[in-house]
Amino acid sequence: MSDTSLIVGPFNRVEGDLEIRLDVADGRVTAAYANSPLFRGFERILLGKPPTEALTITPRICGICSISQSVAAARALADAAGVTPSVEGEKIAVLMHAVENLADHITHFHLFFMPDFTRPIYQGRGWYNKAVERFTAMQGSGLRAATDARARLFHIVGLLGGKWPHTLAIQPGGATKAPTSRDKIRIATDLKTFRRYLETQLFGAPLEAFVNLSTVAELDSWATGDVGLFLQIANDLGLNEAGRGEGRYLSFGAYPSASGPMFKQGTWANGARGDFDPALIREDLSHAWMLGDTAHPTRGQTLPDEDMGEDGYSWCKAPRLNDEVFETGALARQIVDGHPLAVALAQEASVRARIFGRVLEVARTQIALERHVAQIDPSQSFMEPVVIPDDGEGSGLVEAARGALGHWVQFRGGEITSYQIIAPTTWNFSPRDSNGVPGPVEAALVGAPVGEGEDTPISVQHIVRSFDPCMVCTVH
Amino acid sequence: MNILWLQSAGCGGCTMSTLCAESPNVLELLEGAGISFLWHPSLSLETGAEVRRLLQRIESGEQELDVLCIEGSIVRGPNGTGKYHMLAGTGRSMLDWTQSLAPKARHVVAVGTCATYGGVTSSGENPSDATGVQYEGSHRGAALAADFTSKSGLPVVNIAGCPTHPDWVTETLLLLAADELSLDSLDGFGRPRFYADHLVHHACPKNEFYEYKASATKLSEIGCMMEHLGCIGTQAVGDCNIRTWNGEGSCTRAGYPCINCTAPEFEEPGHRFTETPKFAGIPVGLPSDMPKAWFMALASLSKAATPRRIGVNATSDRVTVPPSLKVPKS
Repeated sequence: MSDTSLIVGPFNRVEGDLEIRLDVADGRVTAAYANSPLFRGFERILLGKPPTEALTITPRICGICSISQSVAAARALADAAGVTPSVEGEKIAVLMHAVENLADHITHFHLFFMPDFTRPIYQGRGWYNKAVERFTAMQGSGLRAATDARARLFHIVGLLGGKWPHTLAIQPGGATKAPTSRDKIRIATDLKTFRRYLETQLFGAPLEAFVNLSTVAELDSWATGDVGLFLQIANDLGLNEAGRGEGRYLSFGAYPSASGPMFKQGTWANGARGDFDPALIREDLSHAWMLGDTAHPTRGQTLPDEDMGEDGYSWCKAPRLNDEVFETGALARQIVDGHPLAVALAQEASVRARIFGRVLEVARTQIALERHVAQIDPSQSFMEPVVIPDDGEGSGLVEAARGALGHWVQFRGGEITSYQIIAPTTWNFSPRDSNGVPGPVEAALVGAPVGEGEDTPISVQHIVRSFDPCMVCTVH
Repeated sequence: MNILWLQSAGCGGCTMSTLCAESPNVLELLEGAGISFLWHPSLSLETGAEVRRLLQRIESGEQELDVLCIEGSIVRGPNGTGKYHMLAGTGRSMLDWTQSLAPKARHVVAVGTCATYGGVTSSGENPSDATGVQYEGSHRGAALAADFTSKSGLPVVNIAGCPTHPDWVTETLLLLAADELSLDSLDGFGRPRFYADHLVHHACPKNEFYEYKASATKLSEIGCMMEHLGCIGTQAVGDCNIRTWNGEGSCTRAGYPCINCTAPEFEEPGHRFTETPKFAGIPVGLPSDMPKAWFMALASLSKAATPRRIGVNATSDRVTVPPSLKVPKS
């Protein structure tokens, strides 16, 4: 096959719009360019508004990570006001946030990722009929069970947050609703229902059994549930070799509590854990349709290049930490937190590893949330009074389902003067930087096989979707 | 009935909300009604070139289209080109696709307040020059002309809400499939009346507080949020408190105000979302259809008559004074 260029889009079953340009030679991808083709300009929309309005506006950046945006905004405002939220209110925010992340992982696995294995190209594989039965788009039995389980799980957000997505219940001082003992019992029941779904369908075994896996060899003998089916598919198709990343991971740390975050903050590079310093973040604009210089988000701007100059190819900026590319997401979180199975997958950094990072996190989060709910004390206050000053600045760093999410706000005279957001997919789907270094997904695509006559290569689809991109967050 | 669903400049949250439909789930519900997707970005297998070929077949008339659903606002920037949102892989703007495909569809449905009126995407300085499909805010005439009607003769059906309730979307589609949605079924902003004839105030659990104007003074207190906290539930259309969300939820049930998200221009209320604008201490913006003088008279009377239980609870974060017991006379 001669040298050629392919445009893949609309690239669906991701959140938002995505176009991938591929250079192909000898049946392999030689270079990839990720384009986020939508600009909305939320960072500009917020300018001039009172800082509290970020609590209403920013969740609407994203209909799938809405609560993550709420929590980041609430934390940025609390930071600016120099307050900490009520202890119990923070527990409610953590609960709603973790429920959204759980639901997002389930949505990704069943609705966005697995249907690709039902394509006719895989007919005749030993697992094909089972995959069709479980994961046919809109019809598979596994996919429908997940849709039901997800809707039931969101009853927790309905009860505490009024609705999902786009709640206003999470505030800098805590949460707007004080749950009663009855509410707490009901939430525990909803969680129990979700565990039943996970254990009968997704894992086909007790969650604790999966969480206790600590080596790839142990993982390779997992045979039950949809997870077992995926493992069979992954090993048959060599997804442990596909879409390999550089093995550099970043997590802002997830779900704060008095005894520290549920999942630790930090980096992972060259096989070792490191500390994370937010001062070392820069957003590079060299290949984005954005005007201005490389800057830390406290000094960054959002000035779209109306002429879409030819150096640019995306509305996405390129965030770097200490000038280096980092991958973020559930796998990164679990590696940085030090779970042995995730650490064992850190160097593999493959399509398979990303999926198992997510699945592992589902099991661990469910177990942690059951304990977390038991610790909510309905007799306490769930909201601290907070006065937002006229002038201030603050940041809110959280972990959305897809990884590290940061809000950086500044305001003067009661009006927002700067609001910069770096979303997880901004990291993962960043374009090249001024050194010409491609973003994580661009690098992971190099080497992907492209079959003769394939205009939308299946290998590329698996790799791109393994990141669970959220393009609406990316380009906010 | 087939549907082509396109996601324009929005957050995708109306799709995510629709996936919260229950008893049965949205997939079984639509299948049972004979409704299928030609393509939905989050749900369909087809991607890339397969989708481009489908769009071509619809545009050429080779493939009939029953319903075109558009989620998200339509961006016209920069400078009217629509290039701030090019539909990936097609080299054409979503503005162009919308204008080209809408006349081919039997019905055009705008899903969510971004698609209906512009919504949050058009807030502030509206950097992308976002608008609704047929309305720019409350003004008719936007990406599609004011007098646009689809093949069915209906204007764009506006399922407004930020996000939309899953049932608003599914029931609108079911009514269209049953041929039971006429011009009379839509209100003056094109919203289906089955939910837009109700107010968020209807069945709000804070109604007893409202009756006495027993008001919460800050978020987390359980009193009525109309007087101080910006709640517009007495004017906002929606059956949010009748059918509830995600089980037993609604905005006011969770202790924060209704921000009127089903209305054109809700994104720019002219005041903070959680603060009631007042003139001479009196809230600006009174309940729908209520004569002002009567409202003032009734409010001052009922306020003076507020029972202790209701007054105390209104500024508490939970019920602290229970209803007094009625002991049957022996």
